[in-house]
Amino acid sequence: MRPRRQELLQALQDAATPEAMAWLVESATPDEARMFRAFSSAPRHFPHEPIGYGSWTQAEAARVELLLAYSGTDADSYVVTCDRLCQAADVRELVAFYKALPLLPWPDRHALRAAEGVRSNITDVFCAVAHDNPYPSEHFDDVAWNTMVLKALFIGVELAPIVGLDERANPALMRMLCDYAHERWAAGRTVSPELWRCVGPCADDAAIADLERVIATGTPEEKEAAERALASRKES
Amino acid sequence: MRFIDPHIHCISRTTDDYENMAAAGIVAVIEPAFWLGQPRTSVGSFVDYFATLVGWERFRASQFGIRHYCAIGLNSKEANDEALAEQVIDLLPRYLYKDGVVALGEIGYDDQTEAEDKYFRAQLELVKDTDLPVMIHTPHRDKKRGTIRSMDVIEEHGIDPSRVVIDHNNEETVQDVKDRGFWAGFTIYPKTKMGNERMVEVVKRFGPERIIVDSSADWGKSDPLAVPKTARLMLERGVSEADMKTVTYDNALAVYGQSGQIREADWADAPGIDQRQLFEGNSVLRGQEPQVAEGLIE
Repeated sequence: MRPRRQELLQALQDAATPEAMAWLVESATPDEARMFRAFSSAPRHFPHEPIGYGSWTQAEAARVELLLAYSGTDADSYVVTCDRLCQAADVRELVAFYKALPLLPWPDRHALRAAEGVRSNITDVFCAVAHDNPYPSEHFDDVAWNTMVLKALFIGVELAPIVGLDERANPALMRMLCDYAHERWAAGRTVSPELWRCVGPCADDAAIADLERVIATGTPEEKEAAERALASRKES
Repeated sequence: MRFIDPHIHCISRTTDDYENMAAAGIVAVIEPAFWLGQPRTSVGSFVDYFATLVGWERFRASQFGIRHYCAIGLNSKEANDEALAEQVIDLLPRYLYKDGVVALGEIGYDDQTEAEDKYFRAQLELVKDTDLPVMIHTPHRDKKRGTIRSMDVIEEHGIDPSRVVIDHNNEETVQDVKDRGFWAGFTIYPKTKMGNERMVEVVKRFGPERIIVDSSADWGKSDPLAVPKTARLMLERGVSEADMKTVTYDNALAVYGQSGQIREADWADAPGIDQRQLFEGNSVLRGQEPQVAEGLIE
């Protein structure tokens, strides 16, 4: 789901106390140091509780509003401010920041930052970029995209919530995923059935052989995933 | 039994330590900012260190079912590098108001130099108008004088002793600390600080009020199970279960709880703590009963 600033703010207003909303209005500032302080202390006014808008919490929505209200004057300085914010951020601050990627001004300028989020080994931070977030599918090149998908499998988080998963299937990713499956099999480990979804559309002969192997020897869940993958194959 | 270790430097500890701590009943830890055994040479090292305390280490602890909190501050040893200290002081407000930051600390004196005094006072000024607790490191050398001087300076800056923990006490300092209304931390540390048999006697002699047991386990020879081991020894030597709980759990929660950033509900109401954040959903505590650690620390 693509978040919209006005909808997010409305959901926050419906959930939060009037005192907290007054604090938020007072705290909107073009001063970087004051914005950082407000961004960090937002949970003292807005608890980490869901607001019924996507997976957003009060604290996350308030933090995003502070970040958007700050906005800055030009793309270069805004990117520097975002880097400085992330450099000193705790886990939940990073999650709020990365969930906000599709809302930030100068959207083309945050791809490197988003790739940095994908490098995190903190599952929640990784998922803030990878899950339910349209930013990667719109701004990542194939290298960054493929890195993200493979890492999701590697750290054991679901692929299904990745936005654009089918549209961004590509031959390089197909090859990486099949190699990964062979590594897992060689070690006597299981492979997530979700993997085959990204293999199907671009499957080459070797990948088709892998899918047929899964259909012949896999669990019912794996078989179903492999059959669906074969059916999704684009004829070249 | 549940324990809090309110002073431990987890960045120096292994995953085996975390597993053993969780199995021994430690549910929460507080990691104060300190030095790393050698001096840092640039402010960027502090930026990364503080980021570790509020980020990566918090996540690492959660994988073992342990809640991780921290204290942020400039330690006394590195306060002696004044050019660096100035830059670190400027960084502190970025961190002091984050989630899970339960105190300013550990700060205080090491060699009791002029520079240490200057930056000790500068940091006290940062929090004097807030509710944030303060964790005080007392010096290894000239300890008694350094402890009394620390309390004098804190009072001079108008900070209420009820939100200040004076740590690394011994039999010689505890009476003054308690008489003046401060909390008295005791570090159970082999060879150099307190042994746990002495600690049992301290609790019997001075009572459990405002006494806090911690491990200060770090990169030196130290024991991350010091709190549960001392708790067990207290019970064996006739300290009541209530008094044992006061010094290994309740008091730490009471003093650092004044920050609003550490609550019993953080772990008590969290079934399968941070399951969402566990790699492949593995919790080391799943289906296990916490075990009680034993052993003397001399």
